[in-house]
Amino acid sequence: MVQILFIDHDGSEHKVDAKPGSTVMLAAVTNGVPGIDADCGGSCSCATCHVFVHGEWLEKVGQMNPTEEAMLSLSPDRKENSRLSCQIPVTEDLDGLVVTTPEFQF
Amino acid sequence: MSEVTAQEHKQSKWSMVGKDPYTMPLEDIDLSHPGIWQANEFLPFLERLRNEEPIHYCKDSAVGPYWSVLKYNDIMQVETNPDVYSSEPTIGIVDTFEELTLPSFIAMDRPKHDEQRRIAQPVVAPANLKNLEVLIRERVGKILDGLPLEEEFDWVSSVSIELTTQMLATLFDFPFDDRYKLTYWSDMATSIPGGGLANSQQERLEAIQECLAYFTRLWNERVNAEPGFDLVSMLAHGEATRDMPPEEFLGNLLLLIVGGNDTTRNSISGGVVALNENPGEYEKLRNDHSLIPNMVSEIVRWQTPLAYMRRTATQDTDLSGTQIKAGDKVIMWYVSGNRDEEVIDRPNDFWIDRPNARHHLSFGFGIHRCMGNRLAEMQLRILWEEIVTRFNFVEVVGEPQRVYSSFIKGYTYLPVVLHGKD
Repeated sequence: MVQILFIDHDGSEHKVDAKPGSTVMLAAVTNGVPGIDADCGGSCSCATCHVFVHGEWLEKVGQMNPTEEAMLSLSPDRKENSRLSCQIPVTEDLDGLVVTTPEFQF
Repeated sequence: MSEVTAQEHKQSKWSMVGKDPYTMPLEDIDLSHPGIWQANEFLPFLERLRNEEPIHYCKDSAVGPYWSVLKYNDIMQVETNPDVYSSEPTIGIVDTFEELTLPSFIAMDRPKHDEQRRIAQPVVAPANLKNLEVLIRERVGKILDGLPLEEEFDWVSSVSIELTTQMLATLFDFPFDDRYKLTYWSDMATSIPGGGLANSQQERLEAIQECLAYFTRLWNERVNAEPGFDLVSMLAHGEATRDMPPEEFLGNLLLLIVGGNDTTRNSISGGVVALNENPGEYEKLRNDHSLIPNMVSEIVRWQTPLAYMRRTATQDTDLSGTQIKAGDKVIMWYVSGNRDEEVIDRPNDFWIDRPNARHHLSFGFGIHRCMGNRLAEMQLRILWEEIVTRFNFVEVVGEPQRVYSSFIKGYTYLPVVLHGKD
């Protein structure tokens, strides 16, 4: 199992165990982590599973594809460490991953 | 509705009203004619096509040949490939005449779509909406407190239109006393000449001209003032929008007016219809007001206030085994995808505590996903929160009348009686 820490915008923490092969979005949704809507169900077409990836993890979660870039580029809340969590596959390398969820999904 | 439309039904050779959806030849089914939508006879046509020919070619109709995409996952395919399925020249089923077309980003491809959308988006982003919540709740309360108890009235004009009009005026910082003009312009912009509202194309164009003149005045006032948080000011000061030609300014304004008008209006009415058709769900709501946010998503799915969006293929392509040719019109019937039993559990049931209720097509997906979706949800949530604290029952007491359109799926008249809390 791979441990992921979700931090709400107000600082409360949710630690979950995720299965490799799943996605960070699914890890949140299946464990009832608040702050992730995932309206489109994981097809990179709504931007409501937006997260901010902490520090050195940004490199480890991999590159964005053009579709994710296109969806995120329309978000007014986008920052440099923004990602759509449905596009981050859970791998053993991500054990200990820390992400913050935004105040609003949009 | 007027007699003009009733006559049109009977006279039009294209109307499907009264035809048996299960025995007529598949190839003759034409979803584009407004008849079955106004008559509320569309569901069995959609069901048959989903089961028998989920990507269906209508070779001849009043609006020419077009493809219909009926299944949820096929619609997602189209939505998420905007380079193959273009939003230009229009997202309506009717091919537009160039001299009558107003450019707006809903009908643009990348990169222009993205540039213009980015300017308008912050005004309807949740962070901005949070500031509006108190004002919206106050205005909703005022509207509801002015309604009569135990007396029949039209919910559409007294609540659905009134509330959405007030919201538009708020977003545009539009002179409040003139707010009905916004609704009038929006209705004219989407009306079909002879369909009950605009009697002629000329009348329609005059309304649009009046709208342009009014907003040009507001633009000129605000472009010279400090930037504000209303939409006109944002467009007038935005880097990508401040030099836009007048027709592009008007096109984008009309998009925001229409986008925030019919859709929310018809979801407001649709919720009342759905709860009346499903008294058990109404009882659940009375017993548990915390279901409202989830119910709002279910209302938006169940109503599907825009029945479809159109795309145009930019190249020959394959959609789930069907060959689509460059230039073909492709209609994504959201209203059908939202009833697709392969993706939506018990799709014909209105179910206010439906698990995963947000997973519906009514807002579209991909780069053109409805920009105002959070505003719409907030308005509906506040409205229902305020309704349930005041009234025990919003009772529908007569047959609703529906819009003559295969695009705008909504109501023109909904007679109700309000029953107070004991």
